[in-house]
Amino acid sequence: MIINHPLLGPRDAQEFTYLGDASMIHRPHWQAEDAIDQFHDYTYLRDNPAGSHRELWFHEQGDRSWLVVTRNTLTHEIEKVELASDVAKAEGRSR
Amino acid sequence: MRYSGFSVIREALRGNKGWKPVWRDPEPQSEYDIIIVGGGGHGLATAYYLAKEFGEKKIAVLEKGWLGSGNIGRNTTIVRSNYMLEGNEPFYEFSMKLWENLEQDFNYNAMMSQRGILNLCHTDGQRDAFRRRGNAMLLMGADAELLTNEQIREMCPFLNFDDARFPIKGGLLQRRAGTARHDGVAWGYARGADMRGVDLVQNCDVTGFVIENGVCKGVETSRGTINAKKVGVAVAGSSGRVMEKAGMRLPIESHVLQAFVSEGLKPTIPGVITFGAGHFYVSQSDKGGLVFGGDIDGYNTYAQRGNLPVIEDVCEGGIALMPMIGRAKLLRSWGGIMDMSMDGSPFIDKTHIEGLYLNAGWCYGGFKATPASGYCFAHLLSKDEPHKVATAYRLDRFKTGHIIDEKGVGAQPNLH
Repeated sequence: MIINHPLLGPRDAQEFTYLGDASMIHRPHWQAEDAIDQFHDYTYLRDNPAGSHRELWFHEQGDRSWLVVTRNTLTHEIEKVELASDVAKAEGRSR
Repeated sequence: MRYSGFSVIREALRGNKGWKPVWRDPEPQSEYDIIIVGGGGHGLATAYYLAKEFGEKKIAVLEKGWLGSGNIGRNTTIVRSNYMLEGNEPFYEFSMKLWENLEQDFNYNAMMSQRGILNLCHTDGQRDAFRRRGNAMLLMGADAELLTNEQIREMCPFLNFDDARFPIKGGLLQRRAGTARHDGVAWGYARGADMRGVDLVQNCDVTGFVIENGVCKGVETSRGTINAKKVGVAVAGSSGRVMEKAGMRLPIESHVLQAFVSEGLKPTIPGVITFGAGHFYVSQSDKGGLVFGGDIDGYNTYAQRGNLPVIEDVCEGGIALMPMIGRAKLLRSWGGIMDMSMDGSPFIDKTHIEGLYLNAGWCYGGFKATPASGYCFAHLLSKDEPHKVATAYRLDRFKTGHIIDEKGVGAQPNLH
């Protein structure tokens, strides 16, 4: 698979390590009323869709940036690549 | 028809014209006591034990494709019970005992061959870890032997003992482990279930569950609605997709694991051998091909094929361990979809929906578990309580902190 890095252009997926579902960007608040339930769902439960999947890849052997890759889990086709920091900021996080 | 040496000779003399289809192809009825979703190894084993051991009647297995079309037909056929943790080892040892008597039990040739599994270690620390695992296995009733290099040289003189980076320091041997004919296992269970009146319904895609007030009353299928008192789902690889229809999110990611076969070679490899410094396991099939595999590709996927870097990595591991296979040609490679769970261990449990039961999360160790998985799932479905060797496989174990993390890597499915 070739991941089209937003800054570096097309890079072999071998340069990256895979973390998993991009929902891991949304860490629950530790002081929430139901923090234990929220952290359980955040840590352990996954949508695991067949089709379009947003996921976190780390460019370990490159510029060490985190990417949000939208990839089809049925065909391995990569539909979209964004910097994870851009995604997080767009959703109102400070970094 | 019961199979025996006599029936084989009789049919040979009659030109093999007397063999009958081994199972029926029934139309689904409108109602069953128990429906098993998924006609793979685990689903068929569940139906078989439900009918044979638990006296259940009116059982159906619903299969989207053909029987045994999932991972039971795509694995590397290894049978073993060399686990360490309390939640796991008694279960896998129970499975091993069922394997040892399986062919007599279902009167079908599964080509069960107890040729042993040898896990090699390459550092002193790894040998200590193997000794600990071996002791845990012995304590829980399995067999294990720690071998020295001299003993390993006698068994496998072809290994790369004095590699500069990964010298072999010993090995953990389980002699009762081995291999079985994967399709034969599915067919044996299917035949045994069919003989006891189970309807094996193929080309019947489950498209939804009938759930009223938190109670599962049946399933919607491509061949109409079928009512049932209890529904058991055993569709590892697609568990996420199927349970989503019941509104459930699971502690599971789907990943692809590749496997490989070389061209046929003369008999050289005595049993199953695993490389402890990388991830590579190999056995030799009765046809002579080396059957081997390694790591999963490591990203979520439902495509039954992987990518080339993993093929390269697996072959490198193989050649590091046994340089003699360097000139053997790789004949075929394929991929199967694994339910990779959050702690590397499976689930056999009720769900929060009454009447809906789940068997899932087998990671890439589902084949060896087939008999015990079927037996314990049948126990749960029939008696509504877990079998005593499967009490740890609960869906809520992450909430209660009772995880079964054999490898100790945490909630990262692609590392298990």
